[in-house]
Amino acid sequence: MPNCKTVVPYNGTPEQEERLRQVIAEHKGQPGSTMPVLQAAQEIFGYLPEEVQIMIAEGLDIPLSEVYGVASFYAQFSMNPKGRHQISVCLGTACYVKGAADILSAVEKKLGIRPGSITPDGKFSLDACRCVGACGLAPVMMVGSDVYGRLTPDQVGPILDKYE
Amino acid sequence: MEQKMVNLKIDNIPVSVPAGTSVLEAARNAGIRIPSLCFLKDINEIGACRICVVEVKGAKSLVASCVYPVSEGMEVFTNTEKVRHSRQLTLELILSNHRMDCLTCSRSGRCELQDLARDLGIDAVRYAADNLPPQIEDSAPHLVRDNSKCVLCRRCTAVCRKSQEVGVIGCNDRGFATHVGCAFDRDLNEVDCVSCGQCIVACPTGALQEKDDTAKVWAALNDPTKHVVVGPAPSIRVTLGECFGMPIGTNVEGKMVTALRRLGFDKVFDVDNAADFTIMEEGTEFLHRLQEGGTLPLITSCSPGWIRFCEQHYPEMIPNLSTCKSPQQMFGSLVKTYYAEKMGINPLDIVVVSVMPCTAKKYEVRREEMRQHGWLPVDISLTTRELGRMITRAGLLFQNLPDGQFDEMLGVSTGAATIFGASGGVMEAALRTVVEIVTKGEMKPLDFTEVRGMAGIKEASYDLPGKTVRVCAVSGLANAKKVLDGVKSGQMQYDFIEIMACPGGCINGGGQPIQHADVRNWTDIRSLRAKALYTQDAGMTYRRSHENPVLQQVYKEYLGEPGGHRAHELLHTTYIPQKRYRTE
Repeated sequence: MPNCKTVVPYNGTPEQEERLRQVIAEHKGQPGSTMPVLQAAQEIFGYLPEEVQIMIAEGLDIPLSEVYGVASFYAQFSMNPKGRHQISVCLGTACYVKGAADILSAVEKKLGIRPGSITPDGKFSLDACRCVGACGLAPVMMVGSDVYGRLTPDQVGPILDKYE
Repeated sequence: MEQKMVNLKIDNIPVSVPAGTSVLEAARNAGIRIPSLCFLKDINEIGACRICVVEVKGAKSLVASCVYPVSEGMEVFTNTEKVRHSRQLTLELILSNHRMDCLTCSRSGRCELQDLARDLGIDAVRYAADNLPPQIEDSAPHLVRDNSKCVLCRRCTAVCRKSQEVGVIGCNDRGFATHVGCAFDRDLNEVDCVSCGQCIVACPTGALQEKDDTAKVWAALNDPTKHVVVGPAPSIRVTLGECFGMPIGTNVEGKMVTALRRLGFDKVFDVDNAADFTIMEEGTEFLHRLQEGGTLPLITSCSPGWIRFCEQHYPEMIPNLSTCKSPQQMFGSLVKTYYAEKMGINPLDIVVVSVMPCTAKKYEVRREEMRQHGWLPVDISLTTRELGRMITRAGLLFQNLPDGQFDEMLGVSTGAATIFGASGGVMEAALRTVVEIVTKGEMKPLDFTEVRGMAGIKEASYDLPGKTVRVCAVSGLANAKKVLDGVKSGQMQYDFIEIMACPGGCINGGGQPIQHADVRNWTDIRSLRAKALYTQDAGMTYRRSHENPVLQQVYKEYLGEPGGHRAHELLHTTYIPQKRYRTE
């Protein structure tokens, strides 16, 4: 499940929380305020951890299930922070027909996480993305700004081992 | 105010209905039943399932009649080839994602989806949901969810959010991954669910059901070393008949007693009897607080769903809660002390079974603060539906059973206890006793009709010597929230508030027989059930709790004074503020 609860401890600062409280106060009582508040929260914290969603639910006086329902509906919202190294496996058409699904599985297996989540040590985050514009190199994976093309599943492990 | 009427034709039949009426309801008035699935009147009107589509002349596409308002001169067609085809295809697609283990499903024969498949003529399954495994979530004490049978109608989430304003369940994720669940897909026992079970009675399929405890009861009945005692709640006698197809609002008290006895219970007592004790204790507590300047308003504590809600959402109001145990728990305590001592039975050898309109009672029986001398007052709490299933399984022809009588020792009750089952009933029962005590018998009103009826919030005030008592009876937690916020802000002022978690009170509890939405939407089920209780009350010999001869004897022989030391030890309890969210 892409939006499962994050394994990384919450580390929001009092300044970030104060900014969120201000946003909530501006929107409180207005219909349809969940979306803009969630957008602002993601801007402030970079993602939407449970602690932040609870602050929003209590601040707007709406059920947490409603906040989570909206947050888990839209792909733009993330419940996980980004890792020190962000992995994107391209699932665009060209990559897909060249076996990108196997590449993604190899990464999932190596790191023990699903797309949309992060390793508990915060080192890697994993996302599946659409075309990165390197179809000639399909299947393609990016780690940070490094591009790896014409991949086979057995190359995935050694590549990830290079990162500290 | 005169309502503007709109004229239209449905299947060429002229219809005149008030402006704002939906096409679905207008058709109903014209004698046409449009099939529906997600529609639950006043609660879930979202046009999501597309089963209720109709053709409207001039409209570009088929419209969902449950949310499409009538307009002047409109021409609607509910039974064209196009409509029939669309409904069939929609239902086939819903079925393609539904685990069809109908033969072994608890809702088989009472399932709205099954009925729709039959009514719409689905005679083959073209897109079978092969290999769809069960998705069981059974963390909570009262409920089992199987999302493999969920049709995403959202009736459960709507009732949780709107009627109860608890909102612990919602729709998570999107597209094929969409599913009903709690925030962060936490288990139900990790969130602020109050166990009211209103989601279960709203569910059209077997996706939600109570946690079935009948096996435990059969086991106890089969165990020769156990003395098994049963007591049904006030409302059960006016709802149990529905499990056997009897009309809504039929009082089946006598047949119920016979059925319980034939099932093999050693004693068939009545929780109505315990309800009379509740009145004595709560009435005494109210008078004490009124006269000694205690915390007011006093708020009733019979409804465990409400108690949980208070502990989670309004912990600052805990001092307002009556310390009285609910009738269920008083019943268990009296059986395992008074009755056990009188009969010379070790309370640890007694199994107390209650039959409740309520799923939250399954949660309440586990509350550790109720534990006394190593036992919990009630061992197993069944819903009306579970008792219905046991009676069927035992081969008892319920409708043909002769009337039986409760066992006397804890089975005699008054009309005041009977009306506990309807919203306002506890308040009225308390007033019957309190007013008489305060006026030293000079005023003996029996009917406090202001607190009757199905309004969510009912207010009244009564003049007692030297004091006007302001009361309020509330049902449904959304209404409770309104009143509590009003009390906290000082805008609402009462001395005594009755709160029931379920809209309409216990007669509409989450453990009551499930009526199809098609019945629920067009019949005032709550009023019919409540009426049966008030009718019984009106015909009873004793109508005030303090007149109950068994109760008088138990106080005299065993408990001492109402509110006294022993009564406190056995019949009162404590509450604990609880967290809404559990974050590690």
